[in-house]
Amino acid sequence: MKKLMIGILGLTCLFALAGCSRTYANGEVYVYNWGEYCDPETLEMFEEEYDIKVIYDEYETNEIMYPKVEAGAVKYDVVCPSDYMICKMIEHDLLQEINFDNIPNSTNIGDQYYKMSEEFDPGNKYSVPYCWGTVGILYNKTMIDPEDTVDSWSILWDEKYANSILMQDSVRDAFMVSLKLNGYSMNTLNDDELEVAKDSLIEQKPLVQAYVIDQVRDKMIGNEAALGVIYSGEAIYTQRENPDLEYVIPKEGTNVWIDSWVILKDAENVENAEKFINFMCRPDIALMNFEYITYSTPNDAARELIEDEEIRNSEIAFPDLSQYNDLETFIYLGDEGDEKYSELWKKVKSE
Amino acid sequence: MKNKYIKFLSAPYIIWALIFIIVPLLMVFYYGFTDKSGAFTISNITAIATHEHSKALWLALYLSLISTAICILLAYPLAMILSHIGENAGANKDKYMVFIFILPMWMNFLLRTIAWQTLLENDGVINSFLNLLHLPALRIINTPAAIVFGMVYNFLPFMVLPLVNALNKIDINVINAARDLGANSVQTFLRIILPLSLPGLISGITMVFIPSLTTFIVSDLLGGSKILLIGNVIEQEFTQYSNWNLGSGLSIVLMIFIIVSIVLSTIFDKDMEGTAI
Amino acid sequence: MMKFIKKFYLVIIFIFLYAPMVTLIVFSFNNTKSRAKWGGFTFKWYAGLFNDSSIIQALINTLTIALLSSLIATLIGTIAALAMNNMKKLSKNILMGVTNIPMLNAEIVTGISLMLLFIFFKYRFGYVTILLAHITFNIPYVILSVAPRLKTLNPNIYEAALDLGANPLKAFFKVVFPDIMPGILSGFLMCFTMSIDDFIITHFTKGAGVDTLSTKIYAQVKKGIDPKMYALSTLIFVTVLVLLILVNYTPNKEKQRRLKGEKAK
Repeated sequence: MKKLMIGILGLTCLFALAGCSRTYANGEVYVYNWGEYCDPETLEMFEEEYDIKVIYDEYETNEIMYPKVEAGAVKYDVVCPSDYMICKMIEHDLLQEINFDNIPNSTNIGDQYYKMSEEFDPGNKYSVPYCWGTVGILYNKTMIDPEDTVDSWSILWDEKYANSILMQDSVRDAFMVSLKLNGYSMNTLNDDELEVAKDSLIEQKPLVQAYVIDQVRDKMIGNEAALGVIYSGEAIYTQRENPDLEYVIPKEGTNVWIDSWVILKDAENVENAEKFINFMCRPDIALMNFEYITYSTPNDAARELIEDEEIRNSEIAFPDLSQYNDLETFIYLGDEGDEKYSELWKKVKSE
Repeated sequence: MKNKYIKFLSAPYIIWALIFIIVPLLMVFYYGFTDKSGAFTISNITAIATHEHSKALWLALYLSLISTAICILLAYPLAMILSHIGENAGANKDKYMVFIFILPMWMNFLLRTIAWQTLLENDGVINSFLNLLHLPALRIINTPAAIVFGMVYNFLPFMVLPLVNALNKIDINVINAARDLGANSVQTFLRIILPLSLPGLISGITMVFIPSLTTFIVSDLLGGSKILLIGNVIEQEFTQYSNWNLGSGLSIVLMIFIIVSIVLSTIFDKDMEGTAI
Repeated sequence: MMKFIKKFYLVIIFIFLYAPMVTLIVFSFNNTKSRAKWGGFTFKWYAGLFNDSSIIQALINTLTIALLSSLIATLIGTIAALAMNNMKKLSKNILMGVTNIPMLNAEIVTGISLMLLFIFFKYRFGYVTILLAHITFNIPYVILSVAPRLKTLNPNIYEAALDLGANPLKAFFKVVFPDIMPGILSGFLMCFTMSIDDFIITHFTKGAGVDTLSTKIYAQVKKGIDPKMYALSTLIFVTVLVLLILVNYTPNKEKQRRLKGEKAK
């Protein structure tokens, strides 16, 4: 008995000692980012170079990030939300305008991405683009009927693939698929259209193996499912791990998204936050991140640095959006719109 | 040990309990009975009646009842074997056996559940094994069956341990006396062992039922996010929809169910103890 | 025949309980990152473990929070149990009822209520909030394991010590304390175990950049578990196993009593 106690105590003290780490001269910066959304090595390099401690936290969806930031219990400085969420945060007065003079590297970002950002951040005051991409279907060539061509969202409703379909477990993405399938805008607030979309999702539910977010990657690599709704950024990584996988943008159109760095209004370390964003926009760092997470980077200077020509001109990593129809970007629908979507999504999930 | 002033030593704990037990609960009640603007409402409580919420609650009740029943069925024989009632188990040996059965609890609860995910998957370990034997594949991942599986696995020790303790407290002479007086094993079990082990059984039931009823992890990991239990609904109200009022209201409903189950079990407990003695 | 059935039953349950353990241990030697395929045998996750500062930090947090919260809870709980033993029946029952709340209430409600408290007081979420939450759910375990020991205590011995000239404090430590020590110890161990294994309450009370192993694993569940985590849990599992075997091979009466008391409350 006593020995057990002494053992526990001893081990704990040992680890506590090992935990004494270095101090940082220039304070800290609280970063709240998507899961697996940057190369951890870049964070270490930042700490090393600027002598600022990075306190790094991760979230899975915009919807999970928002309540945490809104409650203010944790005072983050830098967050990386998507388009419509940035708009929501601007309207709820959670963001502060960024002083671009302190982020000289922001000029590395291509102009077209700033133009895309205008939709949710008029005048480009609040956000610096970090990654962008589309949403599409990832499928396993060996598990698909050779007669079928995967080019439409409707294949996710094909009973042949019952229990082999992975859907996104976030409100807007799930509804995007269903709304697009039915030929509606993914930003609709029309009750009838939403009702149809909800019914489609309920109809689809028995075929769905699981609603997942980042797990879709592992499951597709492991041949657990034939079809999965996935962000384009995961396509390169999953293909590298499992050559049978193929990514496609369905013909009914899809979502084009941008995730951008923003600084929160009540950030306590604004200067460090600016340094952090500036660091992330540096071409070599953006390249490291691109190679690690394989999400398309809007950083043109970093793209220039990609050595592998195949990837630099890859249709998946850097698609030419003009050749696709019906591409849209999510817009913020207001608190009532949000609530409407959540209500319907809950109905789908509880069916 | 009688000292007038010694009771004032409870002050630190009373203060602690006030701040960290009572006040937080009052806050749940405050949020549960107000709307976003702070006005009084009971709509957060009555929201349980909507289709999606009541379904989540009934499903949770249903699955946790099944899990509790399975736990009893699995744990009772096990506890009989492990306790000194199991005739041929030496006093020292059974102690090690109990250890063996609580050891898995030292592996992280989430990791254990994830391990089951891998085992049960369509292309997982168990199915590869069944496939090798040319047996039909097991399709239970992401179904309520998988959730029951996870609940039973995670909460089984909470049933076994109180039962073993209760059985160990039974004087072996009482059992021998019953046998000597001509009771067969079924009679001995029903009239002696079962009633005397009831306190352990009851505490086992509450220790399995309540965590099963309120879990959101097991359903999340083994249900593929396809199945919402009341725990998931509450968790999501707080972490995704930022509707604290509704989340608190549903928590209050959940607490009512917990209180009811505890009250039921204590009444049952007392009745049975009365007849046993 | 009966014996065979018993053995068979034990083996079945044993397999049921240990199948996931074996799976996790096997994964810790798997040479690919994905859980889905076997890529050959490797020790690299074990080697990598000690260079992964975030996992080590989570381990340190888990252990220090468990240790601190158990110590503080044991102190507060033991004193409270002593005091409650001298209270009138009504106030004692009320306090006991309050003590039962965190034990019987749903963990999710306890977690949420503490989260609301910290937000209301604008207390910054972090290490301290987790610690406070853990102390809160730990105290009841101490009280409930110390109180029964106090009940069976013979008050005459304490009074005899006083009569023989010991001051109250000395009498307490010489006479009462050794008798309730096993209860205190088993309470402490319960706290430690509960704190290490807790996820739900930590999930709602943790702040930025502070992770325990549980919350770290939960975050990884969504994006794919880092095999180093399997390596770490295998090491923890083996450590506990070795410790338990060591403790068991030293004959000690106290420990046998504790064994029977552990986990059952």
